[in-house]
Amino acid sequence: MLRYSAKQLLNMALTLFAVSFLVFALNELSPGDVTRKILGPYASQSQVDHLTREMGLDRPALVRYFEYMGKALTGNFGNSIYYRQPVSELMWDRLGNTLLLAAISFAVIVPISVLLGVLAGMRERGWFDRAVSIFSSICASIPEFAMGVFLLAIFVVWLGVLPGTSPLRGDAGWAIWMQFVLPVLVVTFYDAGYLIAMVRSSMVEVMRQPYIRTALLKGNSFRNVVAKHALRNALITPFTVILLQLNYLVSGLVVVETLFAYPGFGRLMLEAALAKDIAVLEAGTLVAVSVTMLTQLFGDLGYMALDPRIRV
Amino acid sequence: MAEILAFEHASIAYDGRAGRQIILNDVDFSIGEGEALGLVGESSCGKSTVALAAMRYLPRGMSVIDGRIRVEGRDIAGLTDRELSRIRGNRIAMVYQDPMSSLNPVMPIGKQLMEVPLLHGETDENAAFRRAVAMLEEVRLPAAAAMMERYPHQLSGGQQQRVVIAMALMAKPALLIMDEPTTGLDVTIEAAILELVRELRAKFGTAILFISHNLGTVARICDRIGVLYAGRMVETGRIGAVFRSPSHPYTRGLLGALPRLSGGGRRGRLRPIEGTIAAADRARPGCAFAPRCSFAARHECEERPILMVELGDGHLARCARLDAVRASAEDDRAAAASAATDGAPIVLRVRKLSKEYKLTGLFGGEKKGVVRAVTDVDLDARAGETLAIVGESGCGKSTLARIVSGLLAGTSGEVKLGETDLAKLEVDDRPPEIRRQIQMVFQNPDSTLNPSHSIAYALSRPLRMLRNLASGDAKTEVSKLLAQVRLPVEVAERMPHQLSGGQRQRVAIARALAGKPKLVVADEPVSALDVSVQAAILNLLGELLEQSRLGLVLISHDLALVRHMADWVAVMYLGRVVEYGPVAQVFSPPFHPYTEALLRAAPTPDPDAAPPTAALEGMMPSPTEIIVGCAFASRCPSRIAEQCDTTPPPVRQFGEHRIACHLELGRQAPAERGGRTEIRSSIS
Repeated sequence: MLRYSAKQLLNMALTLFAVSFLVFALNELSPGDVTRKILGPYASQSQVDHLTREMGLDRPALVRYFEYMGKALTGNFGNSIYYRQPVSELMWDRLGNTLLLAAISFAVIVPISVLLGVLAGMRERGWFDRAVSIFSSICASIPEFAMGVFLLAIFVVWLGVLPGTSPLRGDAGWAIWMQFVLPVLVVTFYDAGYLIAMVRSSMVEVMRQPYIRTALLKGNSFRNVVAKHALRNALITPFTVILLQLNYLVSGLVVVETLFAYPGFGRLMLEAALAKDIAVLEAGTLVAVSVTMLTQLFGDLGYMALDPRIRV
Repeated sequence: MAEILAFEHASIAYDGRAGRQIILNDVDFSIGEGEALGLVGESSCGKSTVALAAMRYLPRGMSVIDGRIRVEGRDIAGLTDRELSRIRGNRIAMVYQDPMSSLNPVMPIGKQLMEVPLLHGETDENAAFRRAVAMLEEVRLPAAAAMMERYPHQLSGGQQQRVVIAMALMAKPALLIMDEPTTGLDVTIEAAILELVRELRAKFGTAILFISHNLGTVARICDRIGVLYAGRMVETGRIGAVFRSPSHPYTRGLLGALPRLSGGGRRGRLRPIEGTIAAADRARPGCAFAPRCSFAARHECEERPILMVELGDGHLARCARLDAVRASAEDDRAAAASAATDGAPIVLRVRKLSKEYKLTGLFGGEKKGVVRAVTDVDLDARAGETLAIVGESGCGKSTLARIVSGLLAGTSGEVKLGETDLAKLEVDDRPPEIRRQIQMVFQNPDSTLNPSHSIAYALSRPLRMLRNLASGDAKTEVSKLLAQVRLPVEVAERMPHQLSGGQRQRVAIARALAGKPKLVVADEPVSALDVSVQAAILNLLGELLEQSRLGLVLISHDLALVRHMADWVAVMYLGRVVEYGPVAQVFSPPFHPYTEALLRAAPTPDPDAAPPTAALEGMMPSPTEIIVGCAFASRCPSRIAEQCDTTPPPVRQFGEHRIACHLELGRQAPAERGGRTEIRSSIS
């Protein structure tokens, strides 16, 4: 187990290295000139050249890459040319906001999905199963922006009980916690729809297994069979998928963050990409990849804990 | 005698989109205290429905539409869920076909066992634990206390089934329902499990409802037998009476279709039951078996319901033409056996063939050991003859077949087809001419045929690829092939799912024949088929061998089948051939102790036969173990202490018959060694 984790962490370091290089290279190849962007269309070519030299952008890309990586290893991710602020400060702040949103959403999504999925799947084709299946496919098929606009129309425009934007500042007239309600709702509807379907189909599959029959014919009540025999088995398959939602919640919330003007990580990355803000982009990518790989590692370890047949 | 389970003229129907379908029709039987009833019949005859109905656990859509099912006198239809849970696992317990999937994979065995007493009255966890350990000891599992901690996947198939049996017996039930409990287990393990069931039955006095398609295992366990066909009980009675004078034509058919250890051998004709069971047969007003019956007469059999007729001493049969059936003698079997062909040319010559896999560590490269799947195998397959390879699972018989057919490459040694050595050539490396000459037939025809292509396509592909036939020629050849395997030409236009299992296997055989091969390797070709269909396929294979003079390598675990089909037999254990020779000599003394154990373990459908014994204890060693002496030494009942562990066994030759063993087999008269004579009487 320890050995496996160590191996995975080593893998992760190598992947991070490769990804950082790829991002750097892609950025280098894509059209557009950073200095021109900074100075605007009316600056003279000599001014642009001067700034290019000053920022050291005239040196070979490889040299700049290794210089950047060298600094990054000491925790210095350089300065954002767009926000004019050290990347580390900027990013931890935004990442913190996103992690908060992600954590709240995760804490809502997982119990709901598991509960509904299991209840629906334990009696295949029962009325509850049908209702849940319809609900989950509707949720999963409405895109976030549509769901967001829809909820905004109801709770903000019509009822006026919730704020329409969530800048996480206390001066907007709404309590901070209220600013979380709508973003969390949108994410939950969208993501839970998908997870419920996953858990349900896994549960349906498990309930058809011969060992469920064995458990029932031992004299267990149906409730006992579900709780003691089916539940753990039914969670094995969706477990990795549930953890994968963390990736989505950390780096895939661009739409929701943009919709609610939420100062999060996804939006930061989008803006950085548009502005060719390489320092932010690099650091953000490394964070996103680390999150993915860490959840994968935890996924594998949790998988082993759930299923005794899997050992490394 | 108190009655535990009674079906009183019970009928069960399935209501689906296509309307009502009768699954069980007027089934009537009872099982008294301590009694054992066997239920036999082909697949889909309703055997399992009987088991599930007794537990009131019918699949969705099925219900009892007529009659009653009583457990200890009470009609189970009227029980509440709570009352039902008090019966399930407590008064009636069940043992299932596939033990691996019947045990919860993520729960330790101990917990699953303790659940039973805790559900049925026991409140003290420690007491439940002790009872579970005691029961594991009853079913002869080693280190019972340690076993409690283990998970199902850490046990072998035989051990898993012991755990399931232990679990069923935890609450000391009045009735044990066993649904195909030994199907899928090796013959030696099967014998051990059956022995255990007999012992436990004697000890606890549990009544048994034993469901099986294997008449041999039923004869071994049960006092009475019921034969089901298309949801109806067609014959029932004491085992001896039914086996000695089977009265329903279907029962006769089942018994006649069975290859036997004691049979004449050399492919004497078996008598398959013609035709197949059709869904519509269940709805017939008269006899459901009439369309397949050679005694059927229109008026008597088809027009009105047929009632059970008492033949004396509880022997009943549901047949309108009983007198005619009973008056006719049973066909004399094995009449058409052909004489052995001496000196047939050798098609395939295997010499010193070995296959090893190197195990690698986590980071690759690091050696953890070597799996020796096949070690120094010498064999010959001859034209027009069958070479059977037998042994328990894991003995290397399938690996050997895969090397011959090129699915795997051997590590060392020779596999010669004519002058070409194929040992290290996988299929892709073999010249097309060689590929054509070796063909395979697999166990499961469903997975061999592509479900989205017609039979004509499946058959014409090898014709075009292996024999370069133009599409017109291929078409006529397809018709010839179908005729060869006794299928009507129309089959060519059908899709695989429109055919029955037996027909699909015929197509698979036709496909193998398409390239006009010299050698066909058949891996358990009939073990997925019903007995009645199996007989027809075996007859077909026998005919084809004689007509086309091809060599057949038959991989099988069924000794009776091997006795029937084979000319030569190789007995494999742990990757080695321990005994090899002409079938009659291998099946009679002197024996290798392993062959002897296999023969003793095989159940025979004969209530008078000496009971098979589980001569083998323990398990086959892991193929990673390095074996200096005899591979079988760890389980051999006649092991010579020092010698067998340290010295490789010498090969003893008796003409063409070879046995690798330290025992001085040749010098002993068979009678001197205990039990040998008994075997001889049952197989010769």
